[in-house]
Amino acid sequence: MTTLLDVRGATKRFRGLTAVDNVSLSVSEGEIFAVIGPNGAGKTTLFNLIAGVMKPDAGSITFDGAPSAGVPPHELCRRGLARTFQIVRPFPELTVMENATIGAMMRAADMDAARAHAGEVLRRLDLWDRRDARAKSLTLPDRKRLECARALATEPRLLLLDEVMAGLRPTEVDRIVAILKDINREGVTILLIEHVMRATMALAGRIHVLHHGATIAEGTPDEVTRHPKVLESYLGAEAL
Amino acid sequence: MNPFTLLARLVDEAPRRALVLLAVLVAVLLVAPVALDRYLLSVFFLIFWFATVGQAWNVMMGLCGQLSLGHALYVGLGGYVGAVLWVKFGISPAIAIVPAVLVAMAFGAAIGWLGFRFGIEGVYFALLTIAFAEVTRIGFDNWSYVGGAAGFFIPVTAGGGSAINLRGGPLLFYYVALALMVAAFVICAALRRSRLGHAWLAVREDPEAARALGINVFRAKMAAVIVSSAMTAVAGVVYAFYQSNLFPSQSFDIARSIEMILAPIIGGLGTLFGPILGAFILTPLGQTLIALVEKIAGRAIPGVNLVFYGAALMVMIWFAPNGIWPWLKKKLGIPEERS
Amino acid sequence: MLWSLYGNVLVQGVLTGLVYGLMALGLSVIFGVVRVVNFAHGEFAVVAMYAAFVLFRSFGLDPFLSMLPIAAAFFVIGYGLQRTLINPFVSRPEHEQFILLVGLAIIMVNGTLMIFGPDARSANLPYSFDSWEIGPIILDKVRVYAAIAALAVAALLFAFFRFTSTGVAIRACADNLVGAAVVGLNVKQLYALTFGLGLACVGAAGALMVTLTDATPMIAPAFTLLAFTIVIIGGMGSMAGAIVGGLLIGIAEAMASVVIAPSMKTMVSFGLLVLVLALRPQGLLGRRA
Repeated sequence: MTTLLDVRGATKRFRGLTAVDNVSLSVSEGEIFAVIGPNGAGKTTLFNLIAGVMKPDAGSITFDGAPSAGVPPHELCRRGLARTFQIVRPFPELTVMENATIGAMMRAADMDAARAHAGEVLRRLDLWDRRDARAKSLTLPDRKRLECARALATEPRLLLLDEVMAGLRPTEVDRIVAILKDINREGVTILLIEHVMRATMALAGRIHVLHHGATIAEGTPDEVTRHPKVLESYLGAEAL
Repeated sequence: MNPFTLLARLVDEAPRRALVLLAVLVAVLLVAPVALDRYLLSVFFLIFWFATVGQAWNVMMGLCGQLSLGHALYVGLGGYVGAVLWVKFGISPAIAIVPAVLVAMAFGAAIGWLGFRFGIEGVYFALLTIAFAEVTRIGFDNWSYVGGAAGFFIPVTAGGGSAINLRGGPLLFYYVALALMVAAFVICAALRRSRLGHAWLAVREDPEAARALGINVFRAKMAAVIVSSAMTAVAGVVYAFYQSNLFPSQSFDIARSIEMILAPIIGGLGTLFGPILGAFILTPLGQTLIALVEKIAGRAIPGVNLVFYGAALMVMIWFAPNGIWPWLKKKLGIPEERS
Repeated sequence: MLWSLYGNVLVQGVLTGLVYGLMALGLSVIFGVVRVVNFAHGEFAVVAMYAAFVLFRSFGLDPFLSMLPIAAAFFVIGYGLQRTLINPFVSRPEHEQFILLVGLAIIMVNGTLMIFGPDARSANLPYSFDSWEIGPIILDKVRVYAAIAALAVAALLFAFFRFTSTGVAIRACADNLVGAAVVGLNVKQLYALTFGLGLACVGAAGALMVTLTDATPMIAPAFTLLAFTIVIIGGMGSMAGAIVGGLLIGIAEAMASVVIAPSMKTMVSFGLLVLVLALRPQGLLGRRA
């Protein structure tokens, strides 16, 4: 399997605090990869490094064979890397359809094609019925799915999801897990940053565990949950 | 896509009732001059003109979310370029409109580049636009070739007093301004549906999220300021020939910049009908007020209409920050504009 | 000979700059705490100028005295404005706040125009042409008085924010709004006090301004721009920055009008503004956001 995303020794410091400390991971084409860790473990910073929002102080990030550290987000999106935001950011005054169309128009030949593609994505994420509603009027689960829809509409090769399950009820989590599996089956590689354990275990093929900015384990869900350091630092309190 | 299919498209997909409304309005306005005297023609000229520049400003603020308070700059630049080329070189405004637009676009691009490249946003950007208009005003004040502070005048019947050279009476300007208003509306309607228009909306709503969807935010903002300044400059040329005089202290004045943005704000920011509706409400009210005060006080009191505008602004933003059009649209049973 | 000219211009710039600084200080304090940009700032300055003018003409009250009741009245006005008009807009989008205040500004400037007409009014103090000579430097009496008064008001404001519990509470609001609300500070009340203090500054500055320059309604937008430019150069929300920015602009304008041409002084301050925006957008003494 070819490597789609490769992070080598990425380090990011904020005023003396090392938020991400020499982290290396590599995501292969077609897999679902998860990064987990307790609050303050550096997940979001790592995410921002990969998404091009911040530049690492040291180390390299390669996406699809080309260096991607410091490449602006809109450029990364063109190269096939789409992201969601932890606190969802749909365009509030625009309709659901317009939100998705804006995602779709980057690769579409014209606006009709963009609208058609946006329609497909909305159907797939169960948002078609809400297409004329303004994004600000949606419920949180709907907004989270809209956030995914918009990112998916850009036809990414790698989909970066920042805690899309957070704040959802179990039935809603199951719904989104099913959708993501479906998307992955069609060839979209997924990198999840998650806090919700249940969904992560159900989805991810491999899991990377961060604690205080550093890697403490990586492996299949089974391996990770049995890893003593993980048990101690993270699962200990919450999952057991 | 050629302009006609584009137009057909717009007609197809815009809400029916809105279109009927618009068609009736344009038809009435086309024949209205038979019933209008000189004074009313000039009032309508102002309505159309303010609707046009309001539409142009709305591209920046309403669609792309960039607050410009220096739009008088583009009116003044367009006016001066058109007037100087006509008076000094005999170049018809029909041709001079091209350099007029180019000069305004160059200024718009300079302001945009300086502002957006360095991440100057919101109020700071607004101040930058005022500063440019002020600096340009001072420059024209001291530029004797164009008359300096004493102003620049277009002889009323110089050369061929013909329509193509914008030399004519109120009736000519009535139709020219009506055409401008309709053109600005059609252009904005097309832009609103275009790729660029959607990029603007995304930038207005959330630049960070727009960037994550592959939109080059800097480029989108630049496009907005350039399109907006170009449209405003066209209106500027027409206004200069309507007035037949130009003074730096009026052409680039912040008071004019503010007067230009009232109609879209009152009518509805970011809507296509807002600037038109706002102009149709504000301009006649302001003119009526001026006439009324003159009758009562026996003399003109400068500033009366502006006090009224100020109060209108405050009342509007207090009670209906989205403007009148969204409310009226609901009353008329016109559905949301589909993208 | 040339050097004494420059020296005089420099001194004049410093003295005028302090009054500018006081005016800008009001804008900066309001922005720093309430996070609302007072787009009617110059208009308030002009209204204060006319108030001082009327008090002088009708009652012979010297502007250096009338600045006290004017500042007090402006404090009350500011307090009331914040309580009634501005407070509902504190959490509204920036452009809505702006439109509200522009509406207010338009009413104020054109109201003044309707009452007093467009002609420039001058206070003509009996000692307006008196001056002291120190070597080659000539000090205009009114400018020195105005500068001292401006410094005194600014110092009072600094002391208020530094040493009184209310002042400290207001600073807490500016630093951490949620925290301030959590520990039980009455944020609305503190905001209103701040707006009042900001307007008191501009009221005092306006009264002082009438001793330096003629009053006309049409100068109001220029004052708003001036205050804005100073605050952005000094750093939005920084009190010391407002004074430093005022000095800088005062000196730059005085120099420009002598070295280049009087009409160029605005150009020079906008040039400074553009430089600061491009090179140090948080302002000279501002903190990076």
